[in-house]
Amino acid sequence: MNPVSHTQLDLSTRYLGLELPHPLVASASPLSYTLAGIRQLEDAGIAAIVMHSLFEEQIEHESRTLDHFLDYGTYSFAEALDYFPEPQQFNVGPEEYLNLVSNAKKATNLPIIGSLNGVSPGGWTRYARYIEEAGADALELNLYYLPTDLTMTGSDIEQMYLGVIRDVKEVISIPLAVKIGPYFTALPHTATRFVHAGADALVLFNRFNQPDFDLETLEVTPRLVLSRSDELRLPLTWTAILYGRTRADLAITSGIHTHLDVLKATMAGANITMMASELLQHGLGRIHTMLNDLTAWMEGYGYDSIKTMRGSMSQQNISNPDAFERANYMKMLQSWRTDPTGTLSKG
Amino acid sequence: MYQQDTLDGNEAVARIAHKLNEVIAIYPITPSSPMGEHADMWSAAGTPNLWGTVPLVQEMQSEGGAAGAVHGALQTGALTTTFTASQGLLLMIPNMYKIAGELTSTVFHIAARSLAAQGLSIFGDHSDVMATRGAGWAMLFAASVQEAHDFALIAQAATLMSRVPFLHIMDGFRTSHEVNKISLLPDDDLRTLIDDDRVRAHRARALTPDRPVMRGTAQNPDIYFQARETVNPYYQETPAIVTKLFKKFATQTGRHYQLFDYVGASDAERVIVLMGSGAETAEETVRYLTDYGEKVGVLKVRLYRPFDSATFIKCLPQTVTRIAVLDRTKEPGSAGEPLYQDVVTAVSESDWQTKPVIIGGRYGLSSKEFTPAMVIALFEELIKARPKNHFTLGIDDDLSFTSLPFDSSLTIEPATTRRAIFWGLGSDGTVSANKNSIKIIGDTSQYAQGYFVYDSKKSGARTVSHLRFGPEPIRSSYLIQQADFIAVHQFGFLDRFDVLKAAMPGATLLLNSPYPADAVWDHLTLEVQQTIHDKTLKVYSINAYELASTLGLGNRINTIMQTAFFLLTDILPPEEAIASIKATIEKTYGKRGEAILRINYAAVDATLEQLREVVIPEYLGDRTRPPVVSPDAPEFVHHVTARMMADQGDMLPVSQLPHDGTYPTATTQWEKRAIAQEVPLWNPEVCIQCGKCILVCPHAVIRAKLADPAAFDEAPEGFQHATARWQGLSDKHYTLQVSMDDCTGCSLCVEACPAKDKRQVGRKAINMTPYLPLCNANRPHWDFFLKLDDQPKHDGIPLTTVKNIQLLRPLFEFSGACAGCGETPYLKLLSQLYGDRSIIANATGCSSIYGGNLPTTPWAKDATGRGPAWSNSLFEDNAEFGLGMRLTLDKQREYALELLQALAGELEPVLVENLLNADQSSEAGVSAQRERGSQLKAALTPMTNAKARDLLSLADTLVKKTIWIVGGDGWAYDIGYGGLDHVLTSGKDINILVLDTEVYSNTGGQASKATSLGAVAKFAMGGKATPKKDLGRIAMQYGDVYVAQIAMGASDTQTLKAFLEAESYSGPSLIIAYSHCIAHGIDMAKGLTQQKLAADSAYWPLYRFDPRLKAQQKNPFQLDSKPPKIPFKDYALNETRFRMLRQTNPKGADLLFKNAQEVIDTRWQSYEHLAQNLQPEEGRA
Repeated sequence: MNPVSHTQLDLSTRYLGLELPHPLVASASPLSYTLAGIRQLEDAGIAAIVMHSLFEEQIEHESRTLDHFLDYGTYSFAEALDYFPEPQQFNVGPEEYLNLVSNAKKATNLPIIGSLNGVSPGGWTRYARYIEEAGADALELNLYYLPTDLTMTGSDIEQMYLGVIRDVKEVISIPLAVKIGPYFTALPHTATRFVHAGADALVLFNRFNQPDFDLETLEVTPRLVLSRSDELRLPLTWTAILYGRTRADLAITSGIHTHLDVLKATMAGANITMMASELLQHGLGRIHTMLNDLTAWMEGYGYDSIKTMRGSMSQQNISNPDAFERANYMKMLQSWRTDPTGTLSKG
Repeated sequence: MYQQDTLDGNEAVARIAHKLNEVIAIYPITPSSPMGEHADMWSAAGTPNLWGTVPLVQEMQSEGGAAGAVHGALQTGALTTTFTASQGLLLMIPNMYKIAGELTSTVFHIAARSLAAQGLSIFGDHSDVMATRGAGWAMLFAASVQEAHDFALIAQAATLMSRVPFLHIMDGFRTSHEVNKISLLPDDDLRTLIDDDRVRAHRARALTPDRPVMRGTAQNPDIYFQARETVNPYYQETPAIVTKLFKKFATQTGRHYQLFDYVGASDAERVIVLMGSGAETAEETVRYLTDYGEKVGVLKVRLYRPFDSATFIKCLPQTVTRIAVLDRTKEPGSAGEPLYQDVVTAVSESDWQTKPVIIGGRYGLSSKEFTPAMVIALFEELIKARPKNHFTLGIDDDLSFTSLPFDSSLTIEPATTRRAIFWGLGSDGTVSANKNSIKIIGDTSQYAQGYFVYDSKKSGARTVSHLRFGPEPIRSSYLIQQADFIAVHQFGFLDRFDVLKAAMPGATLLLNSPYPADAVWDHLTLEVQQTIHDKTLKVYSINAYELASTLGLGNRINTIMQTAFFLLTDILPPEEAIASIKATIEKTYGKRGEAILRINYAAVDATLEQLREVVIPEYLGDRTRPPVVSPDAPEFVHHVTARMMADQGDMLPVSQLPHDGTYPTATTQWEKRAIAQEVPLWNPEVCIQCGKCILVCPHAVIRAKLADPAAFDEAPEGFQHATARWQGLSDKHYTLQVSMDDCTGCSLCVEACPAKDKRQVGRKAINMTPYLPLCNANRPHWDFFLKLDDQPKHDGIPLTTVKNIQLLRPLFEFSGACAGCGETPYLKLLSQLYGDRSIIANATGCSSIYGGNLPTTPWAKDATGRGPAWSNSLFEDNAEFGLGMRLTLDKQREYALELLQALAGELEPVLVENLLNADQSSEAGVSAQRERGSQLKAALTPMTNAKARDLLSLADTLVKKTIWIVGGDGWAYDIGYGGLDHVLTSGKDINILVLDTEVYSNTGGQASKATSLGAVAKFAMGGKATPKKDLGRIAMQYGDVYVAQIAMGASDTQTLKAFLEAESYSGPSLIIAYSHCIAHGIDMAKGLTQQKLAADSAYWPLYRFDPRLKAQQKNPFQLDSKPPKIPFKDYALNETRFRMLRQTNPKGADLLFKNAQEVIDTRWQSYEHLAQNLQPEEGRA
């Protein structure tokens, strides 16, 4: 299926050196867990796919778990010196993942962006090279660390991130995107350092794991909440601030649900927009619909290409750059008032 | 130059057997199982045999089945073998007669092991192979790992040439499990010895419709005898064939063997004759003695059958005047043991003018140590004018006075050999580290030997590793008696065992100590300190547990202690040792992932920094080694059991042991092992008194009682109790106590606890807490708790809820089962409900080991002295064994009732009437009948007529007794299935409990027919490709069998119902109990969760089939599980047995998992159908 036939409009964009027909990219989701899913995404017209992440902990965990249980209970009792046959070879590493990358490249014409998730320097970073060798066109490094240690400083964490970026960059020759969270004290500065360390693109933003409480079982439970359009504003803000001030490409990955979200992201400065929740909730047909809506909007408003609008509403390109700064914050607060009953409402 | 390697006897044999066969039929049995496992692994990896094709390996359902398959494969022309031992070999005897009678070339490789007689033993002697002497097989005995490797080839070559089948025998454990450096036979040597024309001749004799013949005819008196004599020439030729092959082998390899190898003085006057590993010790001793000019020698028997008398005589020095023949077997009632009789016959038939005096005796049964001191004692005996015949060697026989005395302190360890002993825990990796050390040293120019002694327990098990190294091949086939290095990897062992007994003066002692080096001395007992002083030991310490924990190695201290060993000895230069250790780590752990490599490397480096010398002060402390058992222990426990517990069982004289294998029960209570690092601690404020922790506790260390508040007045300080949360019993107090010294720290209880602390939800009503700060206070609490009255079964609360059952005293306690065992909670429940009137027939397997392995056993007694009576017959016959018990009880009860009626006129009529018509369907009814039984016995005691005396002896049979037939899936699904099936159709009141772990757990996780489709197990390396047998469904087909499939972790209520219904059903009952197991590769604390997931996925649907419901016009089949909530994968991938396949063969795993899900779906639909549609008329009952 080819959802877009509006040849007069140029929806193409460039990200990590990849020429993409349009800015809609699939972010990591169950949709790309299997080759069949990846094929369906291609058929539905997606421009590229970011694979689900291979986690540092996953690599270590597989290895440690296997080691633990192969040894557990061994050489304790004369009749049962061990409990498992030990094959010549184990695939404790990311072979399954690498096979999927490799097969996806063979089976589709899509750009495939591999993804690694980890924070600590170590041998696991060599899997970046394996992902490249498996055929990935680019790599997204997902930096995600929840500091619960009271002695760890922001600087410690940033240094850790920088180390990982350098390590990964050193072992690959494909472009590297770095996916970060929004909670840096000085995000533009930190982002710039990441770019200097080797990031060819910045992906905004990671969504933090925020577990829920189950009041029946009194357990803290993981709960994945799909994104909503209003989550776009956080990456939108920072993309708009960063655009034009970094050599890295920019991607937005939260809150992309409609063609309007794509337009806003692009105008803020994003090279591409990534989505998963929308596709999971409403099906792959949304790619076609959004592209048509996007085209119609561009036609309606007289835009001839995505590139034209990219960064058009970034901080450096708007007339009132302080809209992104404290003055805007103050203005927003002042726009609310309290009525005599104490109810807060928009004035 | 031959390639050398360090490996154990099993691997040494399996390498050759796999090379020289096309079909291998196997069944696991200790100590031969690893041979089959190696063969299976190599075939799975595509390793070809000598002719370039990969042998087919087939696991069978029993050794009888394996022998049958071998017979069939041989008849159709394949080179075929098997590996077995002990009872397994006995099951092969019928086929062995056939195979020999048909002159079929084959070799069975045997790790010779004791036979079960007064007790089972897994250890080595020649009882098994000697029991097959009549079958007509040649018997070739290997004495060492090298010989086992060599003789595997020679036996194969010889059987092809002679057509006489061969048993190739090595000593179980001593050779099969000894690691030694040997020269490996390359394929060229195999080709030189194996004549391909003979292989083709073997093939040409095969049955084929292209050239049809028949074998296995029925023969009559006219020709059977003559036909039996046709084989004689083949046997007569065999010794010459073997001799020829020995010569050819020597030419090829330089290693010389003869039918009978003589070592010693050429003018020897005294000669010992023996075979097997003991011959190595005898040779070492003879060489030692002849160096001193003693005229002694040893004749090592290689080919025992056919026994070549003429060659035997020729091999003896003509100067010999005294011969001692040593048999590693016992043939009660014989004129002498087998080898002795053969030697006597050979000498008697010889033309010697002056025949030597011959004595014979037994040694080394069940791997009993055979040492140079014993050999010397025997030579000294031979000097005597009238040496003792029919002697025993190595024990103190103060009953029949057969034993020869020996000086146990005498040693002849060669000065060039370095010797090290390591005391460790099974779980700390000591043995695997030592196996690696042997490999490291074996890779140098030095020779190395390792032998490992294991505990009788499966949890907290102790291991003792004996390692020798030196410039010459090591022949010492006995435990180290003088060590220059001793490592104690568990500090607590210093208090419990005489770990320094074998320390030489000036030896090095390495301690894994929780205390810093300068505090170690003050934590040693006076005995240890004194020995260190007396022997001037050099002591070093490292806190290996702390270091391992810091590095993320958990309790695996192997790499740390191995590094320390190499640093403290000069076996290798330190740099070379470190490099070798790291290379071994790479080899051992490399394929498990980089993270594992990294932390092990870190462990090596950290050990270099943290190993410290302990400065030995001059003063001594006053803390002495604590007593082995409490002063309250009964006499037998004090005099016998305690000595076994203290590692002094070898010194127990014959007279102190029961003559018929009858031992007291309830002895684990005296063995306080204190193996848990953390133990559960009760919080009465949070507790809802549900009893779930008690129900699931595998070792019965958590218990509860109700008592009047006043009963706690004398309670020791800190003893906790709370108002009882029982309807109608709020005037009582409830207490829950933990026997911390018996706990294994598995934490299943915490997982099962549903009550959370509202102020701190991470805390429950029971929480794991460090053991050391609690243990001293806990002991008086536990003692006080035991003194509180037990809940009577017949009085008061109904026994239909888990909450109430928790109050019943378990009569199965503190077993040696694995921490977190999934089987024992079921047995404990059984014991709580019916222990006071149960007889248990226990199939061989895990449950017979943790249930019946000495020194202490867990089946216990209640306050009246009643409790389960327990026995283990065999692996294969348990259902029949239990049925036999039922038949006796039924017959005796019938006879007792007949006698009662006959004596009615002489007894109180009401008593007789009530005894005859007693309703014993409830505990109250059973209790009342017991009371009547007591009255009857009182009335009968003064009566003297025969009937009265008979009735007195049978009066107890009038009280209801319950037979429980217990075993694992290996028994129920495989080896014992035929018997089980028959017993299910008997209509008799028996109860069968199958503890289904889905593998042969006791022998190390081999696949059974209970193994799940897709699970990886030994003999199913590629994942089991066929579905688990639906045993319950098969049993239900009969219609009159009560069947339940249960999983305590999924529903404890359903589990309890199943036990109550099964026991109350007057016909056969079958309970199939999901038992999570260490062989599943799970965190055992999550065993109950896995049980629940198994049920939630419908992999293990819970159901009950009660034939009694038909009479009520109800569907007898009740499906207790709800429709599947999760896919199979969500359950399975939590377990290594399933996950492993994804790590070795992801595509294969996907396919098998898909198939497994389909089977589950189909079975679920079928069960749903049964639950909805089964009509009462279906089934025959």
